[in-house]
This record gives sequence, structure tokens and C-alpha cells, in this order.
Amino acid sequence: MSTEVISQIDVDRTRGDFSYPEQHTFDAGTGLSHATVDYIAEVKQEPDWIREFRHKALDVFLSKPMPTHWASKDLENIVFDNIRYYLANSQRPTRSWDEVPDDVKRTFERLGIPEQERKFLAGVEAQFDSEAVYSNMKKALGDEGVIFVGSTEGLKEHPEIFRKWFGKVIPTGDNKFSALNSAVFSGGSFIYVPPGVKVKHPLQAYFRINAENFGQFERTLIIADEGSEVMYMEGCTAPKFETATLHSAVVELVAMKGAKIQYVTVQNWSANVFNLVTKRAIAHEEAEVKWIDCNIGSRLTMKYPGVVLKGRKARGEVLSIALANNGQHQDTGAKMIHAADETTSNVISKSISIGHGRSTYRGQVYIPRHLKGCKNNTECDALLINSTSRTDTYPAITVRGSRNSVQHEASVSQVSAEQIFYMQQRGLSEAQAMSLSVNGFVNDLVREFPMEYSVELKRLIDLEMEDSVG
Amino acid sequence: MSLVIHNLHARVSGGQEILRGLNLEIQKGSVHAIMGPNGSGKSTLSKVISGHPDYEVTSGEVLLDGVNVLAMEPDARARAGLFLAFQYPVEIPGVSNANFIRAALQARLKDGEELDAVDYYGDLYKEMDKLEIPRTFTSRSVNEGFSGGEKKRNEVLQMAMLKPAYAILDETDSGLDIDALKIVAAGVNALRSPSVGMLVITHYQRLLDYITPDVVHVLVGGRIVRSAGPELAYELESKGYDWIKDALTEDVHSEELAAV
Repeated sequence: MSTEVISQIDVDRTRGDFSYPEQHTFDAGTGLSHATVDYIAEVKQEPDWIREFRHKALDVFLSKPMPTHWASKDLENIVFDNIRYYLANSQRPTRSWDEVPDDVKRTFERLGIPEQERKFLAGVEAQFDSEAVYSNMKKALGDEGVIFVGSTEGLKEHPEIFRKWFGKVIPTGDNKFSALNSAVFSGGSFIYVPPGVKVKHPLQAYFRINAENFGQFERTLIIADEGSEVMYMEGCTAPKFETATLHSAVVELVAMKGAKIQYVTVQNWSANVFNLVTKRAIAHEEAEVKWIDCNIGSRLTMKYPGVVLKGRKARGEVLSIALANNGQHQDTGAKMIHAADETTSNVISKSISIGHGRSTYRGQVYIPRHLKGCKNNTECDALLINSTSRTDTYPAITVRGSRNSVQHEASVSQVSAEQIFYMQQRGLSEAQAMSLSVNGFVNDLVREFPMEYSVELKRLIDLEMEDSVG
Repeated sequence: MSLVIHNLHARVSGGQEILRGLNLEIQKGSVHAIMGPNGSGKSTLSKVISGHPDYEVTSGEVLLDGVNVLAMEPDARARAGLFLAFQYPVEIPGVSNANFIRAALQARLKDGEELDAVDYYGDLYKEMDKLEIPRTFTSRSVNEGFSGGEKKRNEVLQMAMLKPAYAILDETDSGLDIDALKIVAAGVNALRSPSVGMLVITHYQRLLDYITPDVVHVLVGGRIVRSAGPELAYELESKGYDWIKDALTEDVHSEELAAV
């Protein structure tokens, strides 16, 4: 890989760990109550149906217990009363970087976002704490009828499409954190691609947390109409604060007949962030949804991107890579719900646990008895680096009836001292040797990724290995 | 310019001493062979010189052109010019041979310098051709699923590409049939030059039919007990190691008494 390609992708943890002093015009204060919800709805001048939706969601959130009977007890360390739920400076993103306030603009320039936009993106949305500060798309796409705006704008300006799909893929009560998001959501992307339109270059969103004791709750809704294609990529960073930060997004995708959606995430939150995200897609007849999910950062990530295969011959795929370093728990996986004949799903998960890091794979595959010709393939591979790291695999696969097929493979391997010594004997440092092993482990999966992201991922892995060797 | 091993004592960490005062000097441009029976410390020697973490040096020095390498990490020793052809080369899944060798070369460059990809592949293909390695090799994972012969050829290829000042070949003949042995030996011979010193470790004289050493040493009980010209290898072959062990018994015995 040439240096030129690498220099295009300037998003990494060392670059993410900085912050500018805060000044917020809109601040919902600390703690969560119905008053918080009213504040948000008022500031955003939302219609009544959304305000009601939020209040109901808050009740659901308050009534649901923490899922600690199956999930990490670390969830109990989230102090909801200490979190700020809405911080923003403005209610409208600008269309030009020149109009973005200096501090915020400097943040995104340091993260390399405007540069990436010029080089290879069809559109960019940049969210700073609760709201998008910048949102722009190449004019040609707008002329074709493509909509790419923030969720606030989507709700206001395209209510007929927004309301039809909002909350339909992931109901409020799906889990405690989808309910929380539904109560206080702000920011995120709204995308609509008209029938037959193929968006050639990726649309990108960048989520930045700048404030301490803050919760970011973006809400993304992507609708790819019949026969259309779109690729969406999201990146995220936050400065490393002493206290915990919460990120709890809801992402809903709808792929209509024959549409293709590819959703790429490179999650690189700082190690104090609780990252509890619900992501699901509905794939109609012959539609294809592919989640590419890379989790490098955060303190605890719980995320299981799913596809409901609703139409005949729909196809769902989750390719995921998780890297858990000291003090991190990556609890990730996939859900594939087959609901029509001849639907296929593919899940490939690779996790790397380093030091005291822990990675968990949780999968759910469901194929009911009345369907025929459905196929699922699940592969989970775990790599352990040194003996203190931990990996767990919980694949729940339910296949009924005799006309469907399923295949499951799992492996656990370790980077051995002999491998490291062999590579060191050839002149590679211990960190370089570990990096090479880890990259080798994820290599066949990374080949499936868009070029720009595979380069970024390799660099993030190199950085993690340098840190872990010290 | 030489690799000097001076009064080297070493053991597996916490275990019994295996090398017990080993002395050896390998000049650049020369090929030395070490022969010895099983358990004499042959493989330990190669691992201690290259810095394997399981071994502990209790006293002595290893000087690479005057620099004591024992305090250096294994990778720093390698970059200083030391190469070990492994008896059992290690598999690295998912890492292609081409990328691996390239990373090793890149690690020898200064910060900010980048290996030229065209030159690199030119050199790599040239060396692969000499060792009769097919082009498909570059995209295969390092040593994964390789036959014994392929693994050993890969070691020699890496040596050719990394151009060490001193190379240790640890039982490079083990696991090879005669055809593979000839190819590997030809590869090693092609690398003989005034700028490299080699130490060939072997149990059998067979390898030395193809790689003729300048000096042959016999290692018994963790020390060099005999050093002579290539004819010593033939003597060992015909008489066996017991001959030399018997000749030494008295010697070692008296030393052990002295140590008590």
C-alpha cells in the first residue's frame, strides 16, 4: 500500500484524543426525566406525534430492567443521572465548512473529514455532540432525488417518507437502550435513495463526542427504494475523559425490492465510552443488506447488527471484526431472521482479545419450519494474545424444518510465543510482529472491505498493538 | 570482523545448564560446522545467540563485530545482521510470504523510508528462481501447509533476501530428501561470500557433502571439544559420536570433580 493512500485516511485514536472548551446554546441539563424530553422536543420544534413517541419511549426505558441477567454487569456502572442528554449550538447544519464555527471546524479538520470528503465521498454529515453541524452532498445526487440530511431535517422536510419507516424496523421496546434512544434521540442521518438510483461513492457520517458526561443518541434511517444501491460509512471518536460517556444509537435500514445497502462502521470510541447500539435492517424481495462492523474502541460495546429477511431471495450479511484491548469488552455479533423462502444469510465474525481484553460473540439465526430453501452460514473465529485475555461465543441458531440448511464453524487460536520469536528473528519488533499476526488473522475478511476502510483498519490495529506492547 | 562466542553458559530458564563455557569464533567469509550428538546443546546454541525468550544466559558474551548482542532484543539482533534458519520454521496464518519478507526488509529501513515495490519483487523473484520456488509461493501464508522441503527453501530464501552478516543454519538438512537437500545446499552455497559468516549446525555429515565447511567443531556436553578441518566430519561419520565421547570421559569427569 502506498503512503499516498494512507495519508488520505487521517482518522485514528491519537488524533481523536483532544477537545475544545464547550459553549452550548442548547443544554438539557444533567439527568433524565420527562422534562428533559420536553426540552428536546421544544428546542427541535417537533410535531406532537414525535413528542408523544419520546414520552412513551421514556416510560418504556424506565420500566425495563438492565439486561444484566445475560449481559455484562458493567452496565450497572452507567449513572443515568450524571449524563447530559442534549447539547447543541445550533439547530441547523451548514452546507459549507466555512460557516461551521471555528472550534468545531478545527475538530473535524484534525480528524481529516473535509479532506476525505473532497477525495472520495459523495456526501458527508458531521455530528458534534447532539446535532449535525455540517451536512452536504454532491449536487448531482440531489438532482437524482437522493436525500441525505440529518434526522431532524428529515423529519421536518420529508415527513411523508420519514414517518412511514421511523421506528418500524426497531420498535421502541426492542431493548432498554433502543427505548432510551427513542426518548432522547437527536442527530444521525436520514437517507432516501429513489428507485433505480445507484450512488457510486460512499456517503459518510462522522460522529464526534466533545463534551464530558455526555450521551450521544443519534438516530439513523436509510431507505433504499426498489433497485437502488447505496453505501454508508460511519466513523466516530471522542476524547478520553475520566468519567464514562454513553453512546446509544438506533440505526434502521430498509432495502426495498432488489435494493442493495452496504453499511460500514469503524468504531473507535475512547476507552471510557459505553457503546450500546441497536442496528437492524429489513430486506425485501431480492434485496441485499451487508453490515461491515469494526469495533476497535470503547469500554463496553454491545451491538448485534441484524437483518430481517422479509422477501423471497433476500440476502443478509454481517462481517464483523472486534478488537478488545486491556479494559475493553467487545460484545458483538449478528442477528439473521429469515422470514421468506430462499433467503440466505452469512455471518463472519473475527475477534481479537489482547491483555485483559474480552470479546464475546453473540449470534441469533432463526429459520422457521414453514420456509424452504433458506441458508445460513456462520463463522466465528477468535484470536487470543497472551493468556489473560478472554473470548466467549454464544451462537443461537434455530433452524426448523427439513428444507433449509445451516452451517456453523467456530475456532479459537492464539498468537504463540514461537510465532512472535520467529518474526522478531527476521527483524520485526514485538509490536510489529503482533500487528502482522492480527492483520493476518483478519486478512481474508478485510479484503471484502472498501479499500479506504481496510487501510484505516490496518493502521488502527497497528496503533493498538503498539499500545499493548508499551 | 567476526562473530565471537566467549565462555557462554546458558540454560532453559530455571533449568539445568546446557551450554557450559562454549567458545567459538566465526570470521566473515568462512563457514563453520557444528556437529554433535542429541542433547549436546546444538539447538540451544542457535536459540541463545538469536535471543529466544525461553533461554537464560548465566555468563559469557556473544560479540557481533565487537558488539555484545546479549542485551539486545531478538529483533535488534536480527537487524544488526544475525539470521537464524530455523530447524522448525513457524507457520503464520494469513500473512503472505511476500508481505512477510517485505515487512522484514522494511523494518531495516530508517523511519520515513519506503521499500520500492518494483525493486523488491524483482529481487524476490530472482532469488525464488534460484531456489526453484514457483511464483504462487508469494501469496501463500508463511510456512502454512508447507512440506518440509518447502519450509527449508523458504528459510534460505529469507536469508538471501535479508542478507545477514552472520547466518546460523539449525539442522537445515532435517526432514529433507536428497533432491530437496541438493537444492537447499546449492542455495546456501550461492550465498557464501566474503561478507557473510555461516554456522551450520547438523547431526549428520550428509549435509556437509554439499556445503563444505572451512572448520568443523564437535559439541559435546555444552562445549566445543574438537575443532579441525572438514575431514573431522568424515571421521565422526565413520567412528560415531561415542568415539569422541569416550575420549572425553576422563576430561569431563575431572572437570566435574573440580567444580564440586
